[in-house]
Amino acid sequence: MSGHNLIRFLFKAQYPNFRLDLNLELPGTGITGIFGLSGSGKTTLLRCIAGLQKPETGELSVEGEIWQDKNTFLPVHKRPVGYVFQEASLFPHLTARGNLEFAMKRADHNGKGVAFDQAIALLGIESLLTQYPQQLSGGERQRVAIARALLINPRLLLMDEPLAALDQPRKQEILPYLDKLRTELDIPVLYVSHSADEVARLANHLVIMDQGKALASGSLQDVLARLDLPLQLGEDAGVVLEAKVIERDTQWHLALVEFPGGQLWVRDGGDQTGQQVRVRILARDVSVALEAHRDTSIQNLLSGMIVAIAEDRDPAASLIKIAVGDSKLIARITRRSEQKLGISVGQTVWVQVKSVALVR
Amino acid sequence: MGFSEADLNAIWLTLRLASTTTILLLLIGTPIAWWLARTPSKWKGPIAALVALPLVLPPVVLGFYLLIAMGPNGPIGQLTQSLGLGTLPFTFWGLVVASVIYSMPFVVQPIQNAIEAIGQRPLEVAATLRAGPWDRFFSIVVPLAKPGFITGSILGFAHTVGEFGVVLMIGGNIPGETQVVSMQLYDHVEALQYGQAHWLAAALMVFSFLVLLALYTLNPSAAKRTLSS
Repeated sequence: MSGHNLIRFLFKAQYPNFRLDLNLELPGTGITGIFGLSGSGKTTLLRCIAGLQKPETGELSVEGEIWQDKNTFLPVHKRPVGYVFQEASLFPHLTARGNLEFAMKRADHNGKGVAFDQAIALLGIESLLTQYPQQLSGGERQRVAIARALLINPRLLLMDEPLAALDQPRKQEILPYLDKLRTELDIPVLYVSHSADEVARLANHLVIMDQGKALASGSLQDVLARLDLPLQLGEDAGVVLEAKVIERDTQWHLALVEFPGGQLWVRDGGDQTGQQVRVRILARDVSVALEAHRDTSIQNLLSGMIVAIAEDRDPAASLIKIAVGDSKLIARITRRSEQKLGISVGQTVWVQVKSVALVR
Repeated sequence: MGFSEADLNAIWLTLRLASTTTILLLLIGTPIAWWLARTPSKWKGPIAALVALPLVLPPVVLGFYLLIAMGPNGPIGQLTQSLGLGTLPFTFWGLVVASVIYSMPFVVQPIQNAIEAIGQRPLEVAATLRAGPWDRFFSIVVPLAKPGFITGSILGFAHTVGEFGVVLMIGGNIPGETQVVSMQLYDHVEALQYGQAHWLAAALMVFSFLVLLALYTLNPSAAKRTLSS
């Protein structure tokens, strides 16, 4: 994180349901997930960054340029941001192409530059251009809206739960386009979501918000491996690991992936050998044993050392953090098992992973 | 028999008055409609009531107060005299001023409803797409509120064509200056020229029907909203 290439802000404001109180530095590259329950102030944060809302106290600088401080408040239309709203926000009186042209006519020509053809191809909307918004499906509308936000040549892309208003198939339709956005464009993205799945798949950096405050901000892997936060994540508590496909077993439709510290069998997602992938292991799918059981249906057995133990929100459960090589896993086990097995920090255990999700 | 020369003059004058009034009302009424649609101010209620007043007030009452205000001792009269314009009653421009006030709600309300129906979101979206305030107004508000502007223009025009009481009070009956169709019709009836009166009355009737027909076919939902309010 170089000092220049940053998004820094300090926002304080009282709203009817919560007090916004944030002081953060976010990386100026990649996707930053802003995760929290509804009403935690995520959308308000994005609106403050876009200038759609003016907090009582606010300071904001992007890549060293001041957008807001005591004496400055850059109006929305002067901020080089692209904004994708939760619900379809296309102008109903313009065709898809008209909506895109609205952005192109007003684009910042000093920006990073996304060409019309590139945006069309990236989001696969070539065939939709002559249609009016009301003729498009929710997913198609959202793809056009994302292309429109890119065509303004933003230096920062703000996405406010762009998938939340869509059903599951439509979400699956758009997620690959968001993946492409991440890999093909060099625009920092702030991605607001209350879906741990989306964040685990897309984000590099993660901010966890609760009641207007940031509980954590750091790399996705680090934040998810913290034991003091799963309270906010609930059933979604678990870690994300960057891994590489090293072997594919076509007979059983499995792939062997290697992460810093070990190997795991996962369902074959069609990735080629050598492909970088991201896997997610939920705490509830991890258990520990003192001896290696070979007579089990569980495929993935790893050796690790317990580095921390914490109480879960659930009074019956404990969260155990285990170092496996250079990586960390979290296991959720019952407190009774914890005591029965006499688990303590520093102990070497066998880690059984019941299920691994290949998130990308 | 057809129209007499005086009838034709009255028709021409009426059309000129209604057009001038409609254009002025679009210019004055749009900012008022915008303000009423968007403001959180506590003055919204009183201003909205004031704009709507001509809907319920007998036109002669409005005409009476305007006559006094625009007369030599009234505030508007003193202003126009100090600007070297003389006084407005019994002139074409006096009628224009009165008609603008009299037809105001018919133009402001449809536009206000249309702007309210757009909501805040499209304007926020346009702002994030680097459109400034004027750009947002012309590229988003005008096209999206177009039905409201059309309805307001048609109703404002038609309502001005039909006015009588206000003209009676402040316009008098000067041919070519303030003698509009409704006054001419009244004169024919006074003079027992029923044949002439029929022509003008029928013309107004057909005109009104065509206006409403246009409104309901071009813009049915907006017409329903406005006329039922």
